[in-house]
Amino acid sequence: MAEHIIRLQGVTKEFDTKGGKVVALKDINLDIERGDSYGIIGLSGAGKSTLVRTINLLEQPTEGKVIFNDSALTGLGSRDLNRHRRKISMIFQQFNLLMQRDALGNILFPLELAGVPKQEAVKKAEELLKVVDLEERAHSYPSQLSGGQKQRVAIARALASDPEVILCDEATSALDPKTTRSILSLLRKINEERGITLVVITHEMGVIKQLCNKVAVIEGGRIVERGDVQDVFARPKTKAARKLFFPDSEDSELPEARTAVRNRLRLVFDEKTAYKPIISNMILATGEPVNLLYANMDALLDEQRGQMVIALSDNKEAAEKQKAYLIKEGVAFTEIEEDSNYYDYPLHGFREEEEK
Amino acid sequence: MDTGTLFKLLSEGTVQTLTMTLVGTLVSYIIGLPVGVSLIVTGPNGIKPAAVYNKIMGFIVNVIRSMPFLILMIAFMPYIRKIIGTGIGTWATTAALILAAWPFVARMVEQSLLEVDPGVIEAAQAMGASNMQIIRKVMLLEARPSLLNGAAVATITILGYSAMAGTLGGGGLGDIAIRFGHYRFQPDVMWITIIVLVVLVQIMQEIGIRLAAKMDNRIN
Repeated sequence: MAEHIIRLQGVTKEFDTKGGKVVALKDINLDIERGDSYGIIGLSGAGKSTLVRTINLLEQPTEGKVIFNDSALTGLGSRDLNRHRRKISMIFQQFNLLMQRDALGNILFPLELAGVPKQEAVKKAEELLKVVDLEERAHSYPSQLSGGQKQRVAIARALASDPEVILCDEATSALDPKTTRSILSLLRKINEERGITLVVITHEMGVIKQLCNKVAVIEGGRIVERGDVQDVFARPKTKAARKLFFPDSEDSELPEARTAVRNRLRLVFDEKTAYKPIISNMILATGEPVNLLYANMDALLDEQRGQMVIALSDNKEAAEKQKAYLIKEGVAFTEIEEDSNYYDYPLHGFREEEEK
Repeated sequence: MDTGTLFKLLSEGTVQTLTMTLVGTLVSYIIGLPVGVSLIVTGPNGIKPAAVYNKIMGFIVNVIRSMPFLILMIAFMPYIRKIIGTGIGTWATTAALILAAWPFVARMVEQSLLEVDPGVIEAAQAMGASNMQIIRKVMLLEARPSLLNGAAVATITILGYSAMAGTLGGGGLGDIAIRFGHYRFQPDVMWITIIVLVVLVQIMQEIGIRLAAKMDNRIN
């Protein structure tokens, strides 16, 4: 029986602005299990940053409860809240390091707050610098470090208080792709080897794919879809999720020439089918042509996944043969109506529905 | 006036001016620093907003800041005389300096603290730092270079006030400039006093800038 480390119950957050009340979060219910690497993805303005900040009560929810390890954080006095906060670390897009302290000093900071004796604290901070591969930069100041190095210091600082959870608020959004990969693999190692639960806020699908086992899609302050990353990727139920899973969805309004193509299918390949030459075998087996419109292969936590948009033969009978072949091979597919973009359509057998 | 007398006069005046300036600045900071911190902490975006306190304290600071120093000194002279027994001389002037300068110091401190990255304060809150820890270990330390620059400006302003106080029998270099340079028509004394003041300001500014740069770990 998995243990819930963080539970949000009916969390609503309203902001009073000059233009009136703005609802940033609307009745959010979320259970995160110990050891999860839980991704929360959404476009900017969806409310994901507000959501993660309610977990450690940097943002006080207007309504609802935040529960950490069976105790409600909402309603606690500042002393008790601060005690719990030491077990919930956080890393940020802008790193938020103390500019007047060197790398070692930054890692010492949470230990000083907790009153750890100096000698012990220094020893621990030095070990953590090794964990993030920055031993030789112990006495460099943040202004002398690159973005990736700063985030490594921030991660070491986050680890210093022996947290049970690390909240990652767009932790790689300010970094280049190569540095992003190395930070994500460091976070994943921390999740796997230390069993520290991660809550990962991002607008980039790539981050979810490399780092998370669970995902929640947030749109307009509500969670519209959630589940195992594999499932949501293979069978996204909502348009919001499908848009996010097509990496170039923002500009993937297909040119007319391609949306006008009839008989289109969106195929999804899983671990079993991703390595097989399905399309070429289908052509050989059916003797019918296939028009390839879009294809993309991805790794989800190292498992190969792929999706493709193809157009079947214009001949109805031939198209039926092709579909039968796909069903036999166990490839999930959806038919896409003429003149629409492929992400507008859910997979076969799954209706568009908002999560209750 | 022979050189020896002039030298003695000037060195006494300089010591008095420095005493008034340094004691005045120190006490102004003892009052103004906590007030400046409190204005930031209780502000609308502060770590412990308190609108009523913030409004009242902000108002007091503004009222005193809007009084020209000389007027303030004259207005408060009777009270200062009552409290410390005299309305003229080094100590009376120092008292008036503190009265006029602490709100200025509070605003300088407030400005410096505004420069602290709110993200860093938020990070400290997320780590479970208490408000006191945030003030001591985050705000004041992160703003240190700016606070030191501000302290140099404050010291120089207070030096200027103390020279003005000389016109009201306040002692120090301003007193010498008025009594000898002005009333006794000795422009040479006037100009020598001005030169000494300029040198003092230069030294203070230079110390402030160097200290701030030395204490700033952002630039390398």
